[in-house]
Amino acid sequence: MATRILRDLTGADEAAAAIRVRGLTRVFGDHVVLDGLDLTVAPGEFVALLGRSGSGKSTLLRILGGFDDEVSGEVLAARRRAVVFQEPRLLPWTRALGNVVLGLPGADVDRRGRAALAEVGLAGRERSWPVTLSGGEAQRVALARALVREPDLVMLDEPFGALDALTRIRMHALLQELCRRHRPAVLFVTHDVDEAILLADRVLVLTDGRLSLDVPVGLPTPRPRAHPAFAALRARLLTELGVRDLAEAAT
Amino acid sequence: MTEVIGEAAPAPGLVNVPVTSGVPVASGVPVASGEPAGAGPDGPVAPLLEDPTGKRNRARRARAVPSWARRLAGPALLLLGWFAVTGFDLVSDRAFASPGAVLDAARELWGSGELADNLGVSLYRVGWGCALGVAIGLALAVIAGFFRFGEDVVDSAMNFLRTIPVIALLPLIIVWIGIGEEAKIFLITAGVVFPIYMNTFAGIRSVDIKLVEAGRAFGLGRAGLVRRVIIPGALPGFLVGLRWSLGVAWLLLVFAEQVNTDSGIGYLLNSAQAWNRTDIMVLCLVIYGLLGLLCDGFVRLLERSLLSWRRGFSGT
Repeated sequence: MATRILRDLTGADEAAAAIRVRGLTRVFGDHVVLDGLDLTVAPGEFVALLGRSGSGKSTLLRILGGFDDEVSGEVLAARRRAVVFQEPRLLPWTRALGNVVLGLPGADVDRRGRAALAEVGLAGRERSWPVTLSGGEAQRVALARALVREPDLVMLDEPFGALDALTRIRMHALLQELCRRHRPAVLFVTHDVDEAILLADRVLVLTDGRLSLDVPVGLPTPRPRAHPAFAALRARLLTELGVRDLAEAAT
Repeated sequence: MTEVIGEAAPAPGLVNVPVTSGVPVASGVPVASGEPAGAGPDGPVAPLLEDPTGKRNRARRARAVPSWARRLAGPALLLLGWFAVTGFDLVSDRAFASPGAVLDAARELWGSGELADNLGVSLYRVGWGCALGVAIGLALAVIAGFFRFGEDVVDSAMNFLRTIPVIALLPLIIVWIGIGEEAKIFLITAGVVFPIYMNTFAGIRSVDIKLVEAGRAFGLGRAGLVRRVIIPGALPGFLVGLRWSLGVAWLLLVFAEQVNTDSGIGYLLNSAQAWNRTDIMVLCLVIYGLLGLLCDGFVRLLERSLLSWRRGFSGT
C-alpha cells in the first residue's frame, strides 16, 4: 500500500508542510510521467497546478491521494487530507447528507454533516438524492464532503471544469470563502490559467514531469482580470504552457 | 484584438460565410473585397422558411383517459376477443372453453378444495426452488464478484454450465433423487441460479471504479465499501436477474409437474386433458398467467422501494 512511502507529516522535521515531495518518479511502461519532481506546499497555502493535458497533473494528484503506489522517491502528505474530484462522485443511492458523512466515525457526524452542507449553501437539501442535484449543487456536496473531515490538505482535480461559467464564478467565491475560514493547504489542479491566478497564492506549471515554473501570484484580492499584473502573469503562464500566440494576443 | 471586416464585404448570408482573416490591420483597409460566389447581385438570396414543428405545434392537451385505464385496455381487449371467439361459436366449446365455462370450472374446483390444494403445492415448489436458487446464485455471484480467484474458478464453471438446457437435466435428476418433491424443487433451483448469478455478477462488476475510489478516499474499509458502494451498485442487476428467474421458475414448474405427479397446477392441467375438460385446461393457463403477473408486480414493488434513488424520487 501507499503507506510505505506516504508517511504522514507531523510538522516536526524541517519546516512545517502539508505536502513534501522529493525526486518523485512515476513510469507507465516506457513513458516517464513524473520525472524526479520536487514540491513543497506550506500549511494554509493555496497552490494552483497548471499543465497541458497529459503533463502528469492528475497522476501527481492520484499519488498524493493514495490511489497510486507504484512510485519512487519521497512522498509525504498531510494525514488529514481530502479530495474533490473533477466529477462529484457522489454515491447515487445515498442522500446528500449520507454522502457528506460517508465513512466518518463518531456520534455527532450528522450534526457536522448538516453544518458542512449549510456552509456550502445547501441547508435543507440533506435528504436530496444526487440525481436531483444540479452540477453545481453536486459539486458543492463534494466540497462539503471534503470540508467535514476538517482536512489539513484539500486536493481538487479540475473541480469546476464541467460547470457552466456562471456557476463557476459562484464556486470560486465559495471556495475562497471556505479557505479563508478553514485555512487548509490547497492543491488546485486546473487547466484554466485565469482560474489559477484568481484563486492561488502560488502557481506551478508542470511540464514533462517536472515543475517548469513556480511563481507567487502576489496580487491583492479581489483580483480584477483587467489588472496589468494579472495580464502579465497570464501571458507568462500561457507562454509556459506552449500557447505563445494566444499569450501575445492576450497582452 | 482588432478584427477588421472590410466595409465593402457583403452581409453574411446563409449560403456563403465570408472569410475574413483575424490578422490585425492597422489602417482599416478592406480585407474581403471580392464578391462571394453564390450570392445574388443584391446580396444573399432569401432562404425558404418552414415550420420545423410541422404544424403540430399545438400545446399538449391533458390526457382524457388516465394511464391505468389505458394499461387495462390491452387485457380488456383480449378478454373481449375471448368472449367473441367463444360466444359466436367461431370455435367449439370442446376446443376452447368460454370465459363463463372457465369461471364455472374455477368455482367447481374451488368448492371441492382441489384448486386450493394444487395451487398450494405448486406455490410450495416454486417458493422453495426460488429461495434456494436465489441464495445459491447470490452466494456464487458474491464469491466471483469480490475475489479474483473466485472469478477464475466460479465464472468459467458457471458459463460452461449455463449452456446446458436445464430441462435436459430432468432424466439425470430422476436417476439421482427420484421423482419426489426434491426433484421438482431441484429443477427449479437449477433454473433460477443462472439468471441470478449472471445478472448479479455483472451488477457487481459494473459498479463504477470511480465510486469505489472515492469511497476508499473518504475512509471506507473493505466491509464499508461492500455495504455502502458495491451492494447498492449491484442491486439493479440483481433485480433484473430476479425478475427473469421468476419467469424461469414458473416455466420449469410446468415441466416438473407433468412428470409423474399427483398434485400441482401442472397435474391438474394434464389430468384435464385425460378427461377432455378444456375449461380446466384454460383455467390452469389463466392461473399461470396471473401468477406470472403477480411475481412481476412483486419485483416491480421491490424496484420501486429499493431503487427510488434512480428516479430522483425524494419521498420521505
